[in-house]
Amino acid sequence: MITVKIDGRAVEIPKGSAVIDAAKKAGITIPTLCYFDLQGKITGLNSSCRVCLVEVAGRKNLAPACSTPAMDGMDILTSTDRVIAARKIMLELMLSDHAQDCLTCEKAGNCKLQDLCFEYGIKESRYAGMMNSLPLDESNEFYTRNMNKCVNCRRCVNTCSAFQCTEAIDFAGRGFSARVATPFEEDVRDSVCVSCGNCVSVCPVGALQSKSKEKFRTWDVTKTKTTCSYCGVGCEMNLLVKNGNKVVGVEPSNGDANNNLLCVKGKYGYNFINHPDRLKTPLIRKDGKLVEASWDEAYNLIAEKVTKTKAEFGPEALAGLTSARVTNEENYLFQKLVRTGFGTNNVDHCARL
Amino acid sequence: MTNSINEVLNSDVIFVTGSNTTVGHPVIGAKIRQAKQNGARIIVAEPRRIDLAFDADLFLQITPGTNVALYNGMMNVIIAEGLENTEYIAARTEKIEDLVACLADFTPEKAAEICGVSAEDIRKAARLYAKAAKAAIFYSMGVTQHTTGTEGVMTLSNLALLCGNIGIESGGINPLRGQNNVQGACDMGGLPGDLPGYQKVANPQVLEKFEKAWGVKLNDKPGLTLCEIVHNAGHGDIKFLYIMGENPMISDPDLHHVEEALKNTEFLVVQDIFLTETAQLADVVLPAASFAEKDGTFSNTERRVQRVRKAIEPIGKSKADWVILMELMNKLGYAKTYANPAEIFAEISSVTPSYAGINYDRLEQGSIQWPCPNVDHPGTMYLHKAAIARGKGLFRPTEYKPSNEPTDAEYPFILTTGRVLYHYHTRSMTGKVEGLNNLSPESFIEINPLTADKLGLKDGAKVSVSSRRGEIVTSARVSRNIKEGVLFMPFHFAEGAANVLTNPALDPISKIPEYKVCAVNIEAFDEVSDYA
Repeated sequence: MITVKIDGRAVEIPKGSAVIDAAKKAGITIPTLCYFDLQGKITGLNSSCRVCLVEVAGRKNLAPACSTPAMDGMDILTSTDRVIAARKIMLELMLSDHAQDCLTCEKAGNCKLQDLCFEYGIKESRYAGMMNSLPLDESNEFYTRNMNKCVNCRRCVNTCSAFQCTEAIDFAGRGFSARVATPFEEDVRDSVCVSCGNCVSVCPVGALQSKSKEKFRTWDVTKTKTTCSYCGVGCEMNLLVKNGNKVVGVEPSNGDANNNLLCVKGKYGYNFINHPDRLKTPLIRKDGKLVEASWDEAYNLIAEKVTKTKAEFGPEALAGLTSARVTNEENYLFQKLVRTGFGTNNVDHCARL
Repeated sequence: MTNSINEVLNSDVIFVTGSNTTVGHPVIGAKIRQAKQNGARIIVAEPRRIDLAFDADLFLQITPGTNVALYNGMMNVIIAEGLENTEYIAARTEKIEDLVACLADFTPEKAAEICGVSAEDIRKAARLYAKAAKAAIFYSMGVTQHTTGTEGVMTLSNLALLCGNIGIESGGINPLRGQNNVQGACDMGGLPGDLPGYQKVANPQVLEKFEKAWGVKLNDKPGLTLCEIVHNAGHGDIKFLYIMGENPMISDPDLHHVEEALKNTEFLVVQDIFLTETAQLADVVLPAASFAEKDGTFSNTERRVQRVRKAIEPIGKSKADWVILMELMNKLGYAKTYANPAEIFAEISSVTPSYAGINYDRLEQGSIQWPCPNVDHPGTMYLHKAAIARGKGLFRPTEYKPSNEPTDAEYPFILTTGRVLYHYHTRSMTGKVEGLNNLSPESFIEINPLTADKLGLKDGAKVSVSSRRGEIVTSARVSRNIKEGVLFMPFHFAEGAANVLTNPALDPISKIPEYKVCAVNIEAFDEVSDYA
């Protein structure tokens, strides 16, 4: 353990921690943009935005809190005039090459750059000059890439390379023209991208945005944490619900199995939920056709058939297939229904298939 | 899984076999690649050059149906070269002599001939696996969906025991369960011979316990498995069939037979969220709520129990499956009611020892992995830690047996089946998502360029594929990722359905059909004669 002083408060932290960890321990919030606590790994890995600059006594330059190792006896100041001025300059530099269409940007309200500009009272950039003008890539089925809004924070690149491990994107070019690109700058559709959307989930600004048939801003939706219903990995995620009745998006959450990752089905395969083809009422076959019926009619008919079949042919003439898609509670009730209601152990499911 | 997903990040060697992990379990696939970045070495043994094969240190492109031969060949090398973990074997296993005797003559050369790979690669795989301090095996349906599937699993178990990889962190045998809650469906007693928690129907004490808990007399005769239920329905012995959230009209082998069987039941109830191919045959269809519309829990592939939470109200007049089942049970005279899934879960905990310590309050704080015998127990990250659960790890040597349906002059190609990334199972959910359909719009058959050349088939050509059970039309996808004489089809699609062709022959123990190997013929689709 080492001891550092941060804004006058002494904190003890394990050796190898970054300055930002010391600040967290001391209950001091240092603003960040590229910093991202994905599986505890993309923390100082990005180290590109310089929003988290702090002053360290005895050091000439300001230090990025996310990637500067805390050292025993270090004296750190997180909100001096010099620090604030430097952060403002960083934000203004970013803003100088950033489309300022917050009025229509779907990311508004959930945008790190917007939040930071709000926090530091930045209305416009003093550094008017050249702006990148890169083509919009809408080739992916599920998300758009607008590199004119990119702040080169590296979150997407590191997520794709070090967590998803698909390595579809990296930085191309140098200096002002440095940009996130696919190899040979082909459309992302033609790259090795598997549309997992993990880059979209970590983008702090509007550069990577999910395509959605339903327009919404962050304040239009409520979030419900649940578990994905596709494969057996059991990724935890938040369903984004608009107007209380429509699932309009999914974002990963930090579940024990997925640690903030999702695949293409989990992230983008949600439109079946509100699909018009959903069954909305019980159906009963009459004269060869399935026609709408009430729940009571359906229950009564099933109960009648169960009783009749049992009486005529014995319980072994009944069987039920439960489901690997429904919850534990429902599987439990299903086998209980077959065993107690039908009187047979003829119950199985697709584990074998 | 004996171990947990995140343990893979610290494994030294990862042996992936019978699992196209980046497609079937994408996030686990990503973590295997993270492990590689951490320094793990990867062995892949698969009939197709799957994505992970490109990450592998060693890739063995085995002929479908030859898993047992490969694993036995590897063990022969390990024993011959003295690479087994003798200390572990002595302390924690029994009957090693049976294994040694069984494998004495099964040289890597013999295995290589059967598997269609080089003996040297088998040796390399054996050494790589055996020399690792922590080696994890990951497998899926590519191991189990064979008539020798159970033997495949036992052979992997032999291999893991031989090298001391069971009961250690970052090792183990890790079957990747396919569906979101297939683990839970098994745990909850959705099995003909097992009550919740794998307590056997045939055990009188177990039955007495459940009779007391449920207050009814129970049937002590183990029931029929899925394929047997379908088979018996075909013969008219199953008169009443209730199917919840399954679509056997796409997912079962030999679909023509399935359709006949379902039509042959006197009364078919289907409960689902869409009017699936199976629901279209039903006498009564019950509309169920989707996972977004209800509370509950799923148990993932690593035995982790996690909450499902209601985000929206059920669509239309649909109801959560638990509500439907409870109301139907009440209708049939069983009066028990539950106010919410938490109450059902409390009942589950009371009768299921491995879930005894799990409850909704605890799950609100975070997920828990079973076994969790009491409320103070933190859950179990990996199994067999203190000792192998049965006492000593038992070697169960098995000899390689060929697949049920060999190729012949009429059906000269091996067909194997699997998944694509962009669809899930029978597409009843993913088929409703435009973007996923655009990325993977239709059925196809993967064919090696040399095989395609011989048959005069070009990439994208319409082909007709036939087996002893039926014939379908699909399009050829020429790919060097599959070897000569072997064909691959995804099973998701209703049009050009792979399961019209597949062999319903069952593994005698697990009753799993042999989806992964059947004999087929493939030829250019002749529009004129086929439509004539």
